[in-house]
Amino acid sequence: MISHTANAPLIEAKDLVRTYEVRQGMFGKATPVRAVDGINLTVMPGETLGVVGESGSGKSTLGRMLLGIDPSQEGETFFEGKPMPKLGTPEWRALRARMQLVYQDPLAALDRRLTIAEQIGEPLAIHKLVPKEHRGTRVAELMTAVGLRPDQADRYPHELSGGQRQRVVIARALASRPKLLVCDEPVSALDVSIQAQVVNMLRDLQEKNGIAMVFISHDLKVVRNMADRVAVMYLGRIVEEASSDVIFSAPLHPYTTALVSSVPVPGKPLKGRVILQGEPPNPANRPSGCAFHPRCPLATDICRTSVPQLRQVADGRTAACHLVVGADQPVAA
Amino acid sequence: MLRFASIRLLRAMITILAVLTFAFVVLRMSGDPAQVMLGPDVPQESVDAFRKAWGLDQPLWIQYLAYIKAIFTGDFGVSMRDKASAMQLVIDRIPATLQLTIPALFLKVVIGIPAGVYAALHRQSAVDRGVILAAIFGFTIPSFVMGLLLVLIFSITLGLLPSGGQDTWQHGILPTLTMSIGGIGILARFSRSAMIEVMSQPYIRTASAKGMAWQDVVWRHALPNAAVPIVTIVGFMVGSLIAGAVVVESIFSWPGIGRLLVVSVTNRDLAVVQCILLMIAATMVVSNLIVDLLYGWLDPRLRAQSAH
Amino acid sequence: MVSNNLVELRDLKVAFDGIQVLHGIDLTVGRGEAIGLVGESGCGKSVTWLAALGLLPGKATVAGSVRVDGQEILGTPRSVLESVRGKRIAMIFQDPSSSLNPVLKIGRQITEALVLHRALTGQAAKAEALRLMDMVGIPDARRRFDLFPHEFSGGQCQRLMIAMALAGEPDLLVADEPTTALDATIQAQILDLLIELRAETGMATIFISHDLGAVSQVCERACVMYAGRIVEQGTIEALFDNPRHPYTRGLFDAIPRLDGPRERLIPIPGTVPHPRDLPEGCAFSPRCSHAAIDCRSRRPNLSPMDDGRLLSCFHPVSQSSDLATVAASRVAEAVA
Repeated sequence: MISHTANAPLIEAKDLVRTYEVRQGMFGKATPVRAVDGINLTVMPGETLGVVGESGSGKSTLGRMLLGIDPSQEGETFFEGKPMPKLGTPEWRALRARMQLVYQDPLAALDRRLTIAEQIGEPLAIHKLVPKEHRGTRVAELMTAVGLRPDQADRYPHELSGGQRQRVVIARALASRPKLLVCDEPVSALDVSIQAQVVNMLRDLQEKNGIAMVFISHDLKVVRNMADRVAVMYLGRIVEEASSDVIFSAPLHPYTTALVSSVPVPGKPLKGRVILQGEPPNPANRPSGCAFHPRCPLATDICRTSVPQLRQVADGRTAACHLVVGADQPVAA
Repeated sequence: MLRFASIRLLRAMITILAVLTFAFVVLRMSGDPAQVMLGPDVPQESVDAFRKAWGLDQPLWIQYLAYIKAIFTGDFGVSMRDKASAMQLVIDRIPATLQLTIPALFLKVVIGIPAGVYAALHRQSAVDRGVILAAIFGFTIPSFVMGLLLVLIFSITLGLLPSGGQDTWQHGILPTLTMSIGGIGILARFSRSAMIEVMSQPYIRTASAKGMAWQDVVWRHALPNAAVPIVTIVGFMVGSLIAGAVVVESIFSWPGIGRLLVVSVTNRDLAVVQCILLMIAATMVVSNLIVDLLYGWLDPRLRAQSAH
Repeated sequence: MVSNNLVELRDLKVAFDGIQVLHGIDLTVGRGEAIGLVGESGCGKSVTWLAALGLLPGKATVAGSVRVDGQEILGTPRSVLESVRGKRIAMIFQDPSSSLNPVLKIGRQITEALVLHRALTGQAAKAEALRLMDMVGIPDARRRFDLFPHEFSGGQCQRLMIAMALAGEPDLLVADEPTTALDATIQAQILDLLIELRAETGMATIFISHDLGAVSQVCERACVMYAGRIVEQGTIEALFDNPRHPYTRGLFDAIPRLDGPRERLIPIPGTVPHPRDLPEGCAFSPRCSHAAIDCRSRRPNLSPMDDGRLLSCFHPVSQSSDLATVAASRVAEAVA
């Protein structure tokens, strides 16, 4: 992991585990399923961590756990050095001002009965950040910062386009001047040209305000553009972590290689690329050993029996694969 | 499966017990059977003797326990009015009620569902609007108003049909009609919205895109999906086969359970009222149970994994 | 006279409740060709083919001409359309999990198409259905024949949809955003499958998508649509090496790259206009960096260019790959 000796991590997750019960049909018995299976990660202030993965990877669950919205059955999350308070407690609620969530469907994230100005101003009222008289100014400020016209303040969410709604959601998220923004597929529902607008805007706001970001997405190209570092998840575990410069141009883990191969590049034919066979994994039916082995083109015997640990492969790079790293390497901190 | 069934059975028994207890308490607290049965001009000793004979002088909870105990031995009490077995009285009346409710259910299903489905397939047409209007009339007009209206038209004005009693099969026409009109309206409205919902689903477009003829798309793809909510509503209607005729039987002097219930409540004939309520609760609970099982069988998705 | 072309769309127009959403689409599909239809939401790429097959709801008004093998099918009675759907032109849709009937077994849904189009019944139909399921890559087809759609994953559902579409042995497969709702690695599998199937059956394909990269894998030609019109049409090489319509160019610039340095994206400013409020002249002009006075008063027609492509623009992007030098070259043009 990259170590910043000068700074302390903003958010730190240690051995996070999240399980829930799944029942077969109306009459079956419940079996526990591990959606997140021992995650360690760190985000420094002002940095963007990208989290990529497919269905069943647990990336959305991880995002919620980092915010303290989902409880962890094992492990702990530390925000600014202090453990995450329990969901619903006054300390947890107070912490909301410092961390916010932006997710995929802006229409669902907004109340259809309130104007956008009211919704952007809500955090200011809840956390008593700005006296009532000044709220209007601050709301106008936020709207301009996200590229909305102040005269749109009295519009309702359904009167705006998808891109505009997402801007409203972002403005609201920024109202309390958070230190951390967790974005779960924030641009996936938007058209390509609008995606580019919103991605640029997020980057600008992040740089200007020094906000750290956890950017969760299945879209590798967008993650490459937004993130400083990227963690690749598979079935609840991180299988590779590196800077966004190298992870996609020189992936180490076979899954990362397959993910990169699956992105259609204009001009490059599909032949000669690694097309992964099989289905995304089912957390209820976890394979033995390395969870990826049933689909891995390089799987060997040890992969079927032993779960690979996340180890330091090079400076600032970790990977969890028996074939990439020798057994003599240290386990990643 | 066993766990599922036994939980539901337990819940069913608790529901029935709750209904019985409620009826028990309310009946005894809302009036004195002795006074009602014997009339106002009777000396106090007669009233006291009556009460003692029927165990009404005991504290409420003792009466209750005695009643519960009796039920478990199959003794459902004796009618104060007729001095005959309460349960037997009730059972004797069931056929008369079913003579109304079964044809009414038949009409509801056979007219209501096709009307609703047709309206859904021909939206914004005159038929669609007509069906909605008729349906609204049907389920907003209370059954006693409807019944009296029908009597006014068909018995008094037109002189076509008799207005009361159970003598010939023609006597059953007006009560059956009165009972079914509301249900036809409800089923039509409900079938219409279920069908509209289904027709807007992506898999209907897939079926059309496959080149299937329109009728086949409706019959083989849409209706099986619309059937799921519709069948459950019909299931609930089956549950009220016994209970649903109270008002109608009273208007038309039809000697069924509904009429018996009204008479017995008026007379504070406790055992009979409790018997009827027990029967109603049991049929409701059983039909709910069947509806639940049916739902799971009709919709394969409910048989699958459920995460929580 | 049997036309050489499989499908010809001429001046196809669609309106919903009086609002025009498709303004006259001309498209020719040759036998065995693979054509991509690219554009963002609301451009009309799906509506075009839903209209052609008569799958739009009743309140849509459709005008123009749709010929399949020379035979006109637009405005024809249901029976004619039903004979074309599935048998000549098959269509698969975006969300495979909800595009399959949840209360019918999957085997039954496939054999239905076989009974309809190839008059197969009973065991013969089941055997063919199993063969189709194998062909599209469903493992253990025999055991899965009697399962319901919800028991399959999204990727498998899309394979099953493709199997159902192939059952009628169509000449043209219209794939409407077939991979959009799927995971990245599954998307690649489905694209691979479509390419393979096309090679095996020789069937023509229309690939509708907002994903330029995916389109380039499957198709030889592509049309870019904006606000209900085709704005550029040409071979994949021509379009991708040298996009000339400012909108096409804008789309390429707006897509982040997986390789190369992390750069600020170049978005297209503004938003897609509502069909009700289309601007005067060229619909793209308010957002166009190339727009001039004439763009706002007259609408350009889709016209052929020297390199064989079709373009609807008065001031297209020239060979250069940099917008700044393009602006400079316009100045040079004006002066020359």
